[in-house]
Amino acid sequence: MGYANFLLMKEEISLVAVIVILLIYDIFGTPKSLKYFQPIACILMGIHTLVHLYPAAEVSAFGGMYHSTPMGSLMKTILNIGTLLVFMQASNWLANERTLIRRGEFYMITLATLLGMYFMISAGNFLMFFIGLETASIPMATLAAFDKYKQKSAEAGAKYILSAVFASGLSLYGISLIYGTTGTLYFEDIPAGITGSPIQLMAFVFFFVGLGFKLSLVPFHQWTPDVYEGAPTSVTAYLSVISKGSAAFVLMAILYKVFTPLVNEWQAILYWVIIASITLANLFALRQQNLKRFFAYSSISQAGYIMLGVISGTAMGMTGLVYYVLVYMLSNLAAFGVIAIVEHRSGKITIDDYNGLYTTNPRLSFVMMIALFSLAGIPPFAGFFSKFFIFAAAAQQGFYVLVFIALLNTILSLYYYLRVIKAMFINKSEEPIAKFSSDNYTRISLVACSAGILLLGILSTVYENIGTFSFGL
Amino acid sequence: MEYTILILILPLLTFLALGLLGTRLKPGVAGCIGSLSLAICALLAYMTAWEYFSMPRVEGVRVPVIPFNFEWLRFTQYLHIDLGILLDPISVMMLVVITTVSLMVHVYSLGYMHGERGFQRYYAFLSLFSFSMLGLVVATNIFQMYIFWELVGVSSYLLIGFYYTKPEAVAASKKAFIVTRFADLGFLIGILLLSFYTKTFSFELLTSGDTSLFAGAAGTTFMGCSVMSWAMALIFMGGAGKSAMFPLHIWLPDAMEGPTPVSALIHAATMVVAGVYLVARLFPVYYFEAPEVLVLIAVVGAVTSLYAAIVACVQTDIKRVLAFSTISQIGFMMVALGVSGMEGHEGLGYMASMFHLFTHAMFKALLFLGAGAIIHAVHSNEMSHMGGLRKYLPVTHITFLVACLAISGIPPFSGFFSKDEILAATFMFSPVLGVVMSFIAALTAFYMFRLYYNIFWGKESEHEHTPHEAPKAMTLPLIFLAVVTLFAGFIPFGKFVSSNGMEYIIHLDWSVAITSIIVAVVSIAIATWFYKNTNPIPDRLASTFSGLHRAAYKRFYMDELYLFITKRIIFNYISRPIAWFDRHVIDGAMNGLAAMSQWASYSIRGLQSGQIQQYAYVILLGSLLILVLVLLTM
Repeated sequence: MGYANFLLMKEEISLVAVIVILLIYDIFGTPKSLKYFQPIACILMGIHTLVHLYPAAEVSAFGGMYHSTPMGSLMKTILNIGTLLVFMQASNWLANERTLIRRGEFYMITLATLLGMYFMISAGNFLMFFIGLETASIPMATLAAFDKYKQKSAEAGAKYILSAVFASGLSLYGISLIYGTTGTLYFEDIPAGITGSPIQLMAFVFFFVGLGFKLSLVPFHQWTPDVYEGAPTSVTAYLSVISKGSAAFVLMAILYKVFTPLVNEWQAILYWVIIASITLANLFALRQQNLKRFFAYSSISQAGYIMLGVISGTAMGMTGLVYYVLVYMLSNLAAFGVIAIVEHRSGKITIDDYNGLYTTNPRLSFVMMIALFSLAGIPPFAGFFSKFFIFAAAAQQGFYVLVFIALLNTILSLYYYLRVIKAMFINKSEEPIAKFSSDNYTRISLVACSAGILLLGILSTVYENIGTFSFGL
Repeated sequence: MEYTILILILPLLTFLALGLLGTRLKPGVAGCIGSLSLAICALLAYMTAWEYFSMPRVEGVRVPVIPFNFEWLRFTQYLHIDLGILLDPISVMMLVVITTVSLMVHVYSLGYMHGERGFQRYYAFLSLFSFSMLGLVVATNIFQMYIFWELVGVSSYLLIGFYYTKPEAVAASKKAFIVTRFADLGFLIGILLLSFYTKTFSFELLTSGDTSLFAGAAGTTFMGCSVMSWAMALIFMGGAGKSAMFPLHIWLPDAMEGPTPVSALIHAATMVVAGVYLVARLFPVYYFEAPEVLVLIAVVGAVTSLYAAIVACVQTDIKRVLAFSTISQIGFMMVALGVSGMEGHEGLGYMASMFHLFTHAMFKALLFLGAGAIIHAVHSNEMSHMGGLRKYLPVTHITFLVACLAISGIPPFSGFFSKDEILAATFMFSPVLGVVMSFIAALTAFYMFRLYYNIFWGKESEHEHTPHEAPKAMTLPLIFLAVVTLFAGFIPFGKFVSSNGMEYIIHLDWSVAITSIIVAVVSIAIATWFYKNTNPIPDRLASTFSGLHRAAYKRFYMDELYLFITKRIIFNYISRPIAWFDRHVIDGAMNGLAAMSQWASYSIRGLQSGQIQQYAYVILLGSLLILVLVLLTM
């Protein structure tokens, strides 16, 4: 082992470099030069994304503590793209006077959580995984409380950190039990030591809580609506896609790699968790008025769908999951982009406020419509294909009842997604949200998301390309 | 020949550009973009044809070329849908026909549609149609063809209903769409049957003559016919729908509500022959696997042809006459395919059918465009509003006459050669059928000259203003097509297209040729006697055979029959009970489900309290519950 090992962690090093550059710039830049902070942050992030766009080969360092696979690398690229889109959408909100002075912090904290997710994805050891998990979640609480003078935002931060600590505590307890029964924390060595004894099951369930919390699966979901509602909209967007996407991927990797001997048990657990998540979240979503709370419940049920890819336990499921995360990310970011700009320009956030939005802001309404159709899984938008692949993966393994329940829930979800579309296009309003023009960053991000939603489904090569990496796990 | 992909891409891009930019473009600019892109396509198509036909034959056979292929969806190891381009003699010929006629129509429309509302939309749809039709003919597999088949149907629907403020146009577009869609249902089932047993969609494999492909279907029968016969008959049903074969022809006469250039392009030259093309494309399969379906095709073709020719004799709307004449001529092509064999001289019918398709496309487009020029001049479709127009429309008159002579089968016009080959092929198959087809040819000559004399000769009717010749943009395509019609007959067609890919030497069968010329001349003479000057005989004949005349005028009550079956029987006895079931049972269940969800949603709202302590409890209890459940089920 030597320092040369560090050089193997190319993606992490490059991200740290971006963070350090931004930090130095933020501290030493004159107020005048800080005007360019936003574009420079976006460009740096863009360069970082482009450099690592193509998945790197398999790498193992520090005696197996760090283990990066091509699929993980691909996942990091997806997270990078999502983060870049969030950065673009955040510019409008960050430019207001209360947050302007702390603007640099937003980027650095966000990137710090991203770094944590990187480590989580590339972990080869439970300790490494746990450090990554905490690096990703503690700064997240400060992001949720970024608008600290707003009561709701402060409340969101507090609720997030308290729930996160509780879940992490349980998770760590589970990890310690794993160490106790198998005598190792390395992913490679654990399967040999797993016998399926009750204490190991307990260890597994507690470990599961930590990631279940991040994914906001039922019953670890209750923080979600409160935090999503209170946190600044861009942070909510980040929470709902990046944080969730990375957790889903890591959970899948660990279930496949480490808990392979317990496959029957974790499939049984996931089975009920999926049904509970999708159904309960849908039922709650039916009655929401606040769009951010609405999307919180929508994201809980989407997490349930994502788990359908995990439960199959096949390469097809894994491909479906990564594809689903990609499509879900674009759809959700498109929706949050619209919510953020509307909230910023008019301060309105409930579904009724959106009545007649089409008459004043037709283009935004269209983006929102495409995003919602994609989330609901209507062809020809990408969301249809992602759902199709994930359902196919689960059905292939014989989970017909589960897939059927998920399908029924899709119909239910269509109802509440269409409610928003109905508000925008059909409902009349005395005073619809006034016509406004978006800034260029938001525009670019929305165009990129819409293009992705429209094209990803049609270009079958994307899915096939993801598929070629799925065996490298 | 990789550039052939451009022939597809250009019209698609034009459609997208014109469709998206729409009214932001000036009408003239939109028209020029559309015409220019089609002109490039036509040039590329000619280049493709030149290059393809100058390729050396392999063992005397023209081999198909696939310059582009992309696997789009894979179902199983064998079954996958590709999108590609297949060049073989008939697809290359169709490329030339479609791009030529389409270009003529594009140019013609610059004049004809001038000042119309939705001019840009019109050109966008024309481009969409050209794209779909070209994609249809170059399809490498039957599923790709089906995709473009439907696209063609959609663009036809959009163009028939172009004047969407006119109720008749809307009704006609719906009728066309529904009838062809109904036929396409058969097509789809046929495709599924065929691919289920052969495990392939690819035309190349299907028509390779490899009998092992069909081994899976051997011995499987359904209602006394082999499963391959069923599959191929159902596929023919799709073709019959698009090609307006009896009894699925009812949509085509109504489709004349669309703008006249559209009728020329879609409902005369290109789309309506898609059915013929489909049969020709799968001809080896029909010939080897389902020969009885070929007989069916011949019979359907002959019945259609006779029926349409009789009806055409009494129609008074000039576009309807042309529509029925189109149906009748497509019947000719179908008959020729139905009686054709595979090898050597037997393959005459196949070659004749394709030849007639080619020449018919040119002269029928010419007739329709001429009709457009006439309608443009007198603002009416009715024969009674015309008469004596030869003085006012000299160019239209001459070109129209050329086309009439061609369709009647007078040498040296192109129609003579192709129709003569068809007659020769039918005589070879069965003398009875040959006599019937000759009789139809006589009727053709009669009704075409009835049309011609009623328009250009006879008594002049009163005009609100003096009719005037159409602008250059309209007369140039007429002249071009007339020249093609004059010379196309001399193309040694058998050198390019034949049933087995070998060279086919055409030699005129003089006994057939002379009979058909005599028959045509006699018919024209009768038409001249009846209609050139005012003559009481036609009216007297009409009142003598008033029953027959009325029935023919009403198209033998086919539309009424359809309405009776659908409205009285299907709607009342099938649709209504289903609708009731849907409204009360299915909707009821769905409403119940919705109400239940609402209620559940309402009753669980208290679970989300907002208190963080409770959240922690739920996390802990939830995980313990999961643990207990797992332990219990172990």
